Amino acid sequence: MDKYVCNVCGYVYDPEEGDPENGVSPGTSFDKIPDDWACPVCGAPKSEFAKEE
Amino acid sequence: MKPVAIKPGVHWVGAVDWDRRNFHGYSRSPMGTTYNAFLIEDEKNTLIDTVEDRFAHKLLCNVAHIMEPAKVDYIVVNHVEPDHSGALPELVKACNPEKVFCSPMGEKAIKEYYGAQDWPIHVVKSGESLSIGKRTLHFLETRMLHWPDSMMTYVAPDKILVSSDGFGQNIASSERFTDEIDQRDLEVQLARYYANIVLPFSSVTLKILDQVAKSGWDIDMIAPDHGLIWRGEGVGYAVEAYRRYALQKPANRAVIFYDTMWRSTEKMAHAIASGLADAGTPVKVMSLKSDHHSDVMAEVFASGAVIAGSATHNNGVLPLVSAMLTYMKGLKPQNKIGAAFGSYGWSGEALKDMTEFMVGMHFEMIEGVRAKNRPGHDQLKACVDLGRRVAQALQAKVAAV
Ligand SMILES: Cc1cc2nc3c(=O)[nH]c(=O)nc-3n(C[C@H](O)[C@H](O)[C@H](O)COP(=O)(O)O)c2cc1C
Ligand SMILES: [Fe+2]
Ligand SMILES: [Fe+2]
Repeated sequence: MDKYVCNVCGYVYDPEEGDPENGVSPGTSFDKIPDDWACPVCGAPKSEFAKEE
Repeated sequence: MKPVAIKPGVHWVGAVDWDRRNFHGYSRSPMGTTYNAFLIEDEKNTLIDTVEDRFAHKLLCNVAHIMEPAKVDYIVVNHVEPDHSGALPELVKACNPEKVFCSPMGEKAIKEYYGAQDWPIHVVKSGESLSIGKRTLHFLETRMLHWPDSMMTYVAPDKILVSSDGFGQNIASSERFTDEIDQRDLEVQLARYYANIVLPFSSVTLKILDQVAKSGWDIDMIAPDHGLIWRGEGVGYAVEAYRRYALQKPANRAVIFYDTMWRSTEKMAHAIASGLADAGTPVKVMSLKSDHHSDVMAEVFASGAVIAGSATHNNGVLPLVSAMLTYMKGLKPQNKIGAAFGSYGWSGEALKDMTEFMVGMHFEMIEGVRAKNRPGHDQLKACVDLGRRVAQALQAKVAAV
């Protein structure tokens, strides 16, 4: 599964880790994260994320 | 204040804001603050950072003590927040620099703030370096410490890390180095700055500390953009303090904040405090009518347990309590034990509201106490007992770390 990087702050979403603090369980691919999820570091919306190359 | 050479050829040229008491519009700064900027004399004369716009003349005057402003070749912008870049348009005009360096996020922000279409902006990324003659500048992006554009600049071979908002303290003084002032004041202001500004970015802070350690930079001076400069043993102290702050290990200390209409909730606060103190946990009681939210936040940061009190007001919490909780939530404190209490007249929603709020912040909650109208002997005993229970839970938690 692909990792995604936040354009605003550089936080990397790793599907293996998920974001359990904010209700995203480990193993969740980026496209399965709810639309209202926001970057846990800077609060940017999902649309600010790009696939890590 | 006149320029001060912090190393041969490297000059502090900033401005001291002696009477600043309201920092960034929301946080108290009882000791004032400083906007630090540094001018390096080399083949390419380089200015690192500027000051708030209303101090532009001071900065220019300080630069002029060292060289004609027109002789400044490069300007490095570590951070575009107005307290560090406000004077930039005036400086660019006076210096007419050959190049202005900033981070990728910095370029966007400079353009958004200042237009700056015709400025000679050059973007530098983490890991890049720039020779200015005898010296080399190394750049480290520190995104979200505490803005997306933040960056630090390491000056070799002078061994100076210009750290922007990291390691800063809001202190106005005639001294320029941390070892020259009262150490307790320094500690309080360093922690206070962290608690009110850097705290939400603690995980980022830990990563940046690791990057700095891995960079192999030999640092014997950390020059933040606010307050005094760390040198000698101060460097290790500052780095260690930041690591400790970012880890947020629980401390055996508690804070109770509250608001009250007819002082019943206040009585409860005092009873809870006496339970905590009896059980061996030092506690501070803060009335939100007397203590500013940023002062309370400094105590929250230093405390392993946070206890919120409010009378029930129109089926909810009092506005000062609501403001405090919202402010605290934004700063994302971790590893706290929480509890709530309050007096009520008929419906009593405040306790539930405060509890839910703290559950949302992942606080480990101890069941709180509610008292109808005027707390009687039994209810005050229940408050003392709440204090004891919090103290026991906290001490067990501290011992387990
Ligand atoms: C400590 C601090 C935290 C901030 N947090 C955010 C944030 O989380 N998200 C955001 O979009 N902007 C954030 N900002 C940026 C401000 O919203 C921005 O500077 C805005 O332009 C300020 O408006 P004002 O000039 O009316 O105060 C923050 C600014 C500061 C100083
Ligand atoms: Fe800043
Ligand atoms: Fe600042």
